[in-house]
Amino acid sequence: MKKIVILGGGTAGTIMANKLRKALDREEWSITVVDKHNNHYYQPGFLFIPFEIYTRNDVIKPKSDFFPPGVNVIYSAIDKIVPAENKVLLSDGKILGYDYLIIATGTDIRPDETPGLKGRLWQKDIFDFYTIEGALALQRFLKTWQGGKMVMAIVDMPFKCPVAPIEFVCLAEEFFTRKGIRDKVEIRFVTPLPGAFTKPVATKMLNELLTEKNIQVIPDFYIERIDNEKKTLVSYDEREVPFDLLTIVPLNKGDDMIARSGIGDDLNYVPTDKHTLRARDFENIFVIGDASDIPTSKAGSVAHFSAEILFENIMSAIENRPMTASFDGHSNCYIETGYGKGALIDFNYDTEPLPGTFPLPGIGPFGLLKNTKINHYGKIMFRWIYWHILLKGRALPIEAEMTMAGKKKIEV
Amino acid sequence: MAEKVIAGKTVQVNDEGYFTDPSQWTKEMAAEMAKEYGIELTDKHYQVIDFLRERYLAGEALTIRRVGNSGIVDIKGLYQLFPGGPLKISSKLAGIPKPASCV
Repeated sequence: MKKIVILGGGTAGTIMANKLRKALDREEWSITVVDKHNNHYYQPGFLFIPFEIYTRNDVIKPKSDFFPPGVNVIYSAIDKIVPAENKVLLSDGKILGYDYLIIATGTDIRPDETPGLKGRLWQKDIFDFYTIEGALALQRFLKTWQGGKMVMAIVDMPFKCPVAPIEFVCLAEEFFTRKGIRDKVEIRFVTPLPGAFTKPVATKMLNELLTEKNIQVIPDFYIERIDNEKKTLVSYDEREVPFDLLTIVPLNKGDDMIARSGIGDDLNYVPTDKHTLRARDFENIFVIGDASDIPTSKAGSVAHFSAEILFENIMSAIENRPMTASFDGHSNCYIETGYGKGALIDFNYDTEPLPGTFPLPGIGPFGLLKNTKINHYGKIMFRWIYWHILLKGRALPIEAEMTMAGKKKIEV
Repeated sequence: MAEKVIAGKTVQVNDEGYFTDPSQWTKEMAAEMAKEYGIELTDKHYQVIDFLRERYLAGEALTIRRVGNSGIVDIKGLYQLFPGGPLKISSKLAGIPKPASCV
């Protein structure tokens, strides 16, 4: 019996388990998934919890609902990978051998890496919305907050879902307006980037959107520490931004298991061929989703699109054929902009987000880099698609490879 | 795209003055460009520049934190070496493209 081991049963790992189990003979191949958590979270939904749009129950289901029959699931932490021996050591002492290994252990926030962040004010006046606990604590805080200086800050790149902080301030702006306290809240957006986003055309559109909503962008601000006494963010070049409420994207890092295995970079991401998705240093290890260092968004859409490529390439590797499928970095993100509207961006390694229509050229129904109601409905419908179609590895009517059809090339 | 004469040699640069061909770069050019920022390059500066070139050519995405983890200089020190935009200025002096965050 040959063995495939998948480390991580999140979006990427679950999709791969479904695709591979369907394709591979059960008599010939065993598939094992290892994850330390029993629950699967619909992470895009965390963003809506602080504003009471979603509840905890909307974003949580048992992981076991999504694994197909015939896959062994082990709920355990992982000690490390020993690539030279094709082995994975689990924290409980168990040893798993593999013929092929898929690393899908994701990325996580590390508030402890910024001095003062996990101090006295953590989850009192300072919140993240990348964990269920953070999102719920923030919901409780906002129920009674009367206004003041709200700061949305990003510690560093790369981080999971690069549009989430923009969506967060837009939804907060609407939330305070509806509560009748918008005039009592000053909203600032603090980023280490030179603007609201990374790519020029989208940054221009999003900067304008934030200006329109009276949200001030403070660019090129690289956070050194949080001063809990003065309630300020302090940058390495000694600028300060005061806050009453700080919502923050802490430093993101890959799993410590990657560091213990000695196979990651300084942020615990695994060096990965950006086209084949094979680990650069190991023939029989593949990396998918946020755990890799490929230069595109850390986002569920990337995990989904790249799963089709990875599936092709693993099947080729198994059958001793050359790996011909090539990932283009395709990413597709809905951006909630408040008041029942949303924007949409679609891009890859080489093409930045451009205006146009999606997925049908000239028709849509979704507008790229446009702020429309239908884009918002797309995001709302997506939760159903995620639970029922995407995780099961079933096909969606969107190609893995990005297309230029329906996009307009423009100069900034 | 434009041409610029730096340290007596003609090189290709983009609108913002970043090299479009890192192989055209020399140490002397870095020193001359640094003067525009009022920076006198020391060994420490050159160690940072060498690190950036090496990592860029290896295809790695560069961040301020990554330079801070390099063992050459900490982040605070990097800001002191290249005031006003540590990674942007050091990348320009290193003859590599402007560090674009890869989303």
